[in-house]
Amino acid sequence: MIWLTLLIVLVSGPAWAGEARPLGEDPAVEARLKHLAIELRCLVCQNQTLADSNAPLAEDLRREVRDMIVKNMSDKEIIDFLVERYGDFVLYRPPLKATTTLLWVGPFVLLLVGATVLVITLRRRARKVVDAPVTDEEHRRVEQLLAQGGKHS
Amino acid sequence: MIPEIGHFALILALCVAVVQGSLPIYGAAVGNSALMAIARPAARGQFFLVLIAFGCLGYAFAEKDFSVLYVAATSNSQLPLHYRLAAIWGAHEGSLLLWTFILTVWMFAVTLFSAHLPDTMRSRILGVMGLVSMGFLLFMLTVSNPFERLIPAALDGRDLNPLLQDPGMVIHPPMLYMGYVGFSVAFAFAIAALLGGNLDAAWARWSRPWTTVAWCFLTVGIAMGSGWAYYELGWGGWWFWDPVENASFMPWLAGTALIHSLAVTDKRGGFKVWTVLLAIMAFSLSLLGTFLVRSGVLTSVHAFATDPKRGLFILVFLAVVIGGSLALYAWRAPRVGLGGSFAMVSREGMLLANNVLLVAAMGSVLLGTLYPLFLDALDLGKISVGPPYFDSVFAPLMAPAVFLMGIGPLAQWKKANLPDLAKRLRWAFGVSLVTALTLPFVMGKWTPLLSLGLLLAIWIVTTAVVGLRERLAHVDGHGLAGRLAAVPRSYWGMLVAHCGIAVFIVGVTMVKGFETESDVRMNVGETATIGGYTFRFDGTQDVVGPNYTAARGTFHVSWDGRETTILYPEKRRYPVQNQIMTEAAIDPGLLRDLYVSLGEPLDDGAWSVRLYHKPFVDWIWGGCLIMALGGVLAVSDRRYRLAWRKQEPAVVPSARTVRRKVA
Repeated sequence: MIWLTLLIVLVSGPAWAGEARPLGEDPAVEARLKHLAIELRCLVCQNQTLADSNAPLAEDLRREVRDMIVKNMSDKEIIDFLVERYGDFVLYRPPLKATTTLLWVGPFVLLLVGATVLVITLRRRARKVVDAPVTDEEHRRVEQLLAQGGKHS
Repeated sequence: MIPEIGHFALILALCVAVVQGSLPIYGAAVGNSALMAIARPAARGQFFLVLIAFGCLGYAFAEKDFSVLYVAATSNSQLPLHYRLAAIWGAHEGSLLLWTFILTVWMFAVTLFSAHLPDTMRSRILGVMGLVSMGFLLFMLTVSNPFERLIPAALDGRDLNPLLQDPGMVIHPPMLYMGYVGFSVAFAFAIAALLGGNLDAAWARWSRPWTTVAWCFLTVGIAMGSGWAYYELGWGGWWFWDPVENASFMPWLAGTALIHSLAVTDKRGGFKVWTVLLAIMAFSLSLLGTFLVRSGVLTSVHAFATDPKRGLFILVFLAVVIGGSLALYAWRAPRVGLGGSFAMVSREGMLLANNVLLVAAMGSVLLGTLYPLFLDALDLGKISVGPPYFDSVFAPLMAPAVFLMGIGPLAQWKKANLPDLAKRLRWAFGVSLVTALTLPFVMGKWTPLLSLGLLLAIWIVTTAVVGLRERLAHVDGHGLAGRLAAVPRSYWGMLVAHCGIAVFIVGVTMVKGFETESDVRMNVGETATIGGYTFRFDGTQDVVGPNYTAARGTFHVSWDGRETTILYPEKRRYPVQNQIMTEAAIDPGLLRDLYVSLGEPLDDGAWSVRLYHKPFVDWIWGGCLIMALGGVLAVSDRRYRLAWRKQEPAVVPSARTVRRKVA
């Protein structure tokens, strides 16, 4: 097995070239770029984050963000810069402002309303329902219905 | 000639649909059994007519008839036959035909398995389905006819979008549509029950298997779409909260709530009003999904069609169906009985709470999907709502739902005792908590989300074990095997489906927590190491496919000096549409996937390459399949089989058969 591996390595030519270089020079910069890029939209793509896209324009934008990181700008400065240039559209996490309040609080309002309605309905129901009208009698009727088919119509 | 036959069959189908959607419903209202008896042959006739149309379109594709506009637009003479056939649903017109065809398949199934239903009920159900199909046929015949001619014929077709030239795309849309359209049966049952005013436990019992089967198809369909995105889009993601994905996910959430609500209505007679509403909701969301994807209001990878006339038609149709059914609901629902009483802490209460969570989650997905559209329409600015939003909203809603999922099945109906539940579940909780806290450390990394995910997954499994043990103590049977066999299939189905969720959660948690990726520049012969695996790049070769040319890279992958596999990712160029596609190469495994995709060629035969090591990623789809398997188990339960076997009327000529003879 070792011989075989060795053979493959030898045959395949310049196999001694060694470890591949990462596309970015500095891994710390790349990590920050990735962290930022997953929250940003690729502006020319249909629906992709900047991190995922292979479009040339996304490539360019990534390079620009990388440059800004290298220039030691903070995340906020970079995002402010991008929003200034492209608008909120570039952010996949919409900022909280007047027009997006409903978007952000909506889900929790929904839950709250749902829970409240549930509790109120159950309370009211508990007062109304005498006691289990769907008991054995109904079950028997159901079974009978299922058993006898179309008779009951 | 053949396309004209198809076109003509659609027109006839529309005529049949008009009859099927009106006379049987009227007949049921006035008690005229002759009119009611029309429903069954009409539904079957419609099925055969749409089948003919479907076959004609398939024939046009197979024969490369580029005088049909739709065929010319979505296929090409170089396209292999199986993709030409899959191109039937490769764009707008054909997918509508598929939608309608599947609707008639479900109708046909209803005619086969409804002998045990009262005549009025059956004719109303088929009538409602006929009305739905009428809408779709009308839509096709007026603004999106798949058989429209192109005179003079094109010399060659414009080809199928290369993204869709994939085996997954051959099966994914039919699966998804089986699910979407399957909810039309539950919807028709609900509307029929509202019309007839007999919203009772029998109604729930009848709808349950139909709903579950549709849900299974939808689950598998969504999983396949996600798997397709994972290997075809080339950047290793499996869910993007893309509006089109959301469009299929919302009916799934509503359908999941519906299944659980139906269980209560069936067993305890409660929640009827709520269950009916969910049935309407699930189908409305399916329609909305079709609208979102097909009207072109969304710009996303899946939206191929852009035409305002069509959008308007679907919008009106949507308004009629949803508005009409909600109006009927508002009119009839208050008369529905309440069902049995129960305390807030009971299995009913917990199922209801879970329903609230599922519906709130569904509402959030809806909000996030439609919000940018509304803002844009009102000229309030363009925003993007993407994964960061959905992740931060969805997770807090689903976590409690999953937690309740563990407790619910163990709680008694009517009234549960909390201290008693806590006592029965303390071991499950202890084991889950300790494992979830320590396991990440063993694996070398701890984050709160990692622990939370594991906690939920283990919680589901341990509570399932507790539930099964208690259940086994109460059934009769010889020995363990006998008692295991005595546990009803529906119970197994529930356990299996819940455990599928656990498997799914493990997959998501592990991938999020431990996946590693690396973007490298690789010269021929260079190596890169990720997740302990060493990838050696041995250059690319030019390959010629049936309708594309490609650069195919060769990567030798080794672990500890031992060769694991060889991967061949491709960068394809489809000349007809001049599109470049990234075909990732994946070595799947139970515990990890290795994923290579080629980026761009650099100088001297070097390439930019993306490598991923994705632990447990296949558990995501495995979990979905297990969920669907649970659904299948539940449907195969004895009571449903009994109900269907009852249909042979030969034994006792019931009133129904007699009446039909008279009719």
